[in-house]
Amino acid sequence: MNNKFGALDSVRSLDAGMSKKKWIKENLTGYIFILPWLIGFLAFLAFPLLRSLYYSLTEYTIVGDPSWIGLRNYIEIFTDDPKFWTSLKVTFYYVVFAVPLRLASALALALVFRKARPFTNFYRAAYYVPSILGGSVAISVIWRQLFSSGGAFNDFLVGMGIMGDRISWIGHPDYAIWTIIILAAWQFGSPMIIFLAGLKQIPKGLYEAAEIDGAGKIQQFFSVTLPLLTPVIFFNLIMQMVKMFMVFTQVYIITEGGPLNRTLVYAVYLYRKGISNGYLGYGSALAWIILVLLTIVTIVLFKTSNKWVYYESEGE
Amino acid sequence: MNLTFSQKEKFKNILFHVLVGGFCFFMLYPLLWMVAGSLKTSGNALSATLWPAAMQFSNFLEGWQGFGGVSFATFFRNSFFIAGTATLGQILLASFSAFGFTRTRFIGQKFWFAIMIATVLVPGQILRIPQYIMFNQWGWVGSFLPVILPQMLPVPFFTFLMVQFVRGIPTELDEAAEIDGCSKFGIFFKIILPNLKPVLVTAGIFRFYWSWNDFMTPLLYLQNVTKYPVSIALKMFSDPNAITNWGAMFAMTFLSILPTIILFIFFQRYLIDGVAFSGID
Repeated sequence: MNNKFGALDSVRSLDAGMSKKKWIKENLTGYIFILPWLIGFLAFLAFPLLRSLYYSLTEYTIVGDPSWIGLRNYIEIFTDDPKFWTSLKVTFYYVVFAVPLRLASALALALVFRKARPFTNFYRAAYYVPSILGGSVAISVIWRQLFSSGGAFNDFLVGMGIMGDRISWIGHPDYAIWTIIILAAWQFGSPMIIFLAGLKQIPKGLYEAAEIDGAGKIQQFFSVTLPLLTPVIFFNLIMQMVKMFMVFTQVYIITEGGPLNRTLVYAVYLYRKGISNGYLGYGSALAWIILVLLTIVTIVLFKTSNKWVYYESEGE
Repeated sequence: MNLTFSQKEKFKNILFHVLVGGFCFFMLYPLLWMVAGSLKTSGNALSATLWPAAMQFSNFLEGWQGFGGVSFATFFRNSFFIAGTATLGQILLASFSAFGFTRTRFIGQKFWFAIMIATVLVPGQILRIPQYIMFNQWGWVGSFLPVILPQMLPVPFFTFLMVQFVRGIPTELDEAAEIDGCSKFGIFFKIILPNLKPVLVTAGIFRFYWSWNDFMTPLLYLQNVTKYPVSIALKMFSDPNAITNWGAMFAMTFLSILPTIILFIFFQRYLIDGVAFSGID
């Protein structure tokens, strides 16, 4: 391991009589190489992150200077900000439905494409396309029009006699959030490809063994495929969850957080309060709360992972 | 019913195509609908049909005019400039730093590497407010700098991806070059960089996609219409309260995703292998 990280080796080689000049040169070279990353990290991540921790403890609006108020922002957020709670609720609702829907679609299609058939490559590419368009404004604009009262979705429903009247799906308090959840589920391409790669890793012999034991296809799925795929499921779960917790563009364009704040996800609230309305200090506190919350959720998932994620090397 | 094995296979194949193909159509419907909408007459653009009653290409000409006296030619040029510089900078600088993390030795290497891994999952939105204040104090707001520079310097995700890839290149190559008197910089440019081609392409395409689609940073930092990228222009152009020309709106929406689709068609292999290898989304 030491070669990889090197620090100990450098010290050792100095002891072993490496000339001081060469040692300096070696260190300098290393730092020159990581300098681009280091600059980006310090200037655009570490420094802003620490500054925002300070701002979160101040009263700071776009017109004034920051003045220290201790924990008052945090206290106000937790005790006197119904929109904060609304946005948390909306975000959790979105994540709880959108992540499993996306992962389930991804897994189902990966299983379908597992066996090579004619045109499999074409289908796989076609199913992947929505994913690359991701959070683009174009897709959000299309979505908004698709589910508007004059849009194609109503044409279908009315045309097939399922509904009598057109309604605006994006303007309906109960359904608006679902237009966004469906959009998320639609973009399952990336996890699908990752599942496909994971499925390829499962040794064929295990299925043969299961078959000899008399296991049917469904039983094979639950006793071989699913357990061996849990590391990939876990990876996808973490990646998708972190991403969806901070969903912004889609909501900002399709529903703008409305109607009646029913789609006010956290990132939109944060943007509105912290930037549009100019409450920089208060917004910084909101940002830190979601960062801590996300970290906690991730840690909890990692902690529970050894209960359900199967690692091959275990117990051998 | 007694079916032979090959009949059974045939039946299964047909069922596969009907189901998967049908669902495929359903999946691609929103995109086909947009393409169709770009050819329909404006009053008709939102209808569900995919076959325009009368083909009309004038939507593209009308849409291209843009708004506020600025045409989409400007918006596309801005987007290509932003995404192009971000992509070139990112793949070059991220591979440079990845080389530092894997092929050089220096004090604090393990520490910095751990920091980089730890920040892979930090969402950008958390940093918007302090970054905004910072760029404002630096006088950068209104210029391309705050949009491009953070996307150009190595982000943890791509750096880590490249680290993984550099580790796979045998060190014998470096050692041979070192004996020949090659410096670390020579090794990077002459040996490692050429071997990184697949990961450079994969990372480059994703960087391009994300920068091309980036909406929030230009929304924050660009104030002049002449500097708008396509993403912002499209949002303004499609404002439901202002627009009546739906055909033109669809035409520009269609053009805005064309670069993404074209890149996908040409580099499909790299993309799909890249996702499988690294879990990029």
